[in-house]
Amino acid sequence: MLKQGEFYQRDREWHPPALTPDYKTSVTRSPQYSLISLQNSISEVTGPVFGHNDVDPLDNDLISNYAQPGKSPIGERVILHGKVLDENGRAVPNTLVEIWQANAGGRYRHKKDTYLAPIDPNFGGCGRTLTDENGYYFFRTVKPGAYPWRNWVNSWRPAHIHMSIFGTGFAQRLITQCYFEGDPLIDRCPIVKTIPDADAISRLISRLDMNSTIPLDTIAYKFDVVLRGRRSTLFENRLEGN
Amino acid sequence: MQQLNYLKETPSQTAGPYVHIGLAPGAAGFEIYRQELGWDIAGPNAEGERIRVEGLVVDGAGSPIKDVLLEAWQANARGVYAHPEGGSDVEDGFRGWGRVITNFETGEWAFDTVKPGPTPGRNVGQQAPHINLWVVARGINVGLNTRIYFEDEAEANSKDPVLNLIEWERRRATLLAKRTNRDGQVVYRFDIKIQGEDETVFFDI
Repeated sequence: MLKQGEFYQRDREWHPPALTPDYKTSVTRSPQYSLISLQNSISEVTGPVFGHNDVDPLDNDLISNYAQPGKSPIGERVILHGKVLDENGRAVPNTLVEIWQANAGGRYRHKKDTYLAPIDPNFGGCGRTLTDENGYYFFRTVKPGAYPWRNWVNSWRPAHIHMSIFGTGFAQRLITQCYFEGDPLIDRCPIVKTIPDADAISRLISRLDMNSTIPLDTIAYKFDVVLRGRRSTLFENRLEGN
Repeated sequence: MQQLNYLKETPSQTAGPYVHIGLAPGAAGFEIYRQELGWDIAGPNAEGERIRVEGLVVDGAGSPIKDVLLEAWQANARGVYAHPEGGSDVEDGFRGWGRVITNFETGEWAFDTVKPGPTPGRNVGQQAPHINLWVVARGINVGLNTRIYFEDEAEANSKDPVLNLIEWERRRATLLAKRTNRDGQVVYRFDIKIQGEDETVFFDI
């Protein structure tokens, strides 16, 4: 029996559906059969546990974690920070958050990216951290640039940072993308628009956070993440034999 | 009317083609971290049978997907998950979680681990040995969940509460990894078909 209840059902009308033809790659990569719905067992409510042996203190600083000594990447210096919460509003402490992104010119440090904008020799483009006891995380980075991709002939991704979050159970596993307030490319992007609900899209747009900037140094954006909440055990398990 | 005040889950987005930069930077072509996470599922002290699991992920046009990232989550040989709710302790170094990527040229993926034991069912009984799998890639908007079962566990599989939820008995076979022996090593083959004929069963967990 589970010590606590299962996770709240994922709202599949809030998330993007699998088949979203304007995002062309989804056409052959979307299942045709329905998903089989599972009530959670121990296999879904447990998940990997990470600790401070896994992550180094500077892994969350993309301005320094790939820079040569005394150098830093070109671009708009940004703090990206926020909380990881569950649907009950409770902080999710000590969970692994990983990010990756293009550099200020929209070029990824990946052998498959052939965009003509140059690599920045002082920028790797990935970071990771554990949330603290209050569910809080932060990264220091440069704001990524927009970049073109082969979807329609003239498709450009808005500036975005990819984010991967674990939570406490495998059923909470989530990968998403963080966008930036005011970017006119957001409304034009077929990947953004895989999400049918405008309110849901708004949850992926980080806000300029002037109170968290470092004056004369680094600007800040706030991005909170919400993972699935979990039921109390109150009505969860029927007595044996009932 | 009163408000319920639940928050809404953050919507998923595709991991995209460059997922390796964040989750497997060595494969993207650069070294940055002291250690990448997820490349040793069972650790050196794990009890049980050492196995390799390998396969392809195939799209609806029959082509291998070469930019997939998979994560595995499993119990140890005694059926215990390395988690505070796992029930008891696991061997030192056993994490039970792994991360694998496909070969960029062939699309083949593989991981080494130990064969998991049966785990407790939701209320009563046991689940057959299985590995939970999460699949993300370019073109996949929400990560796909499936389970790897083992074809040589026929009796346990026949009683498994999850396999028995699948109304179409023929589709259950898509979750059975096929056992072979290669140079003395036990290898299970598990190909995933995202779409079309013999489509793999995916779960909403």
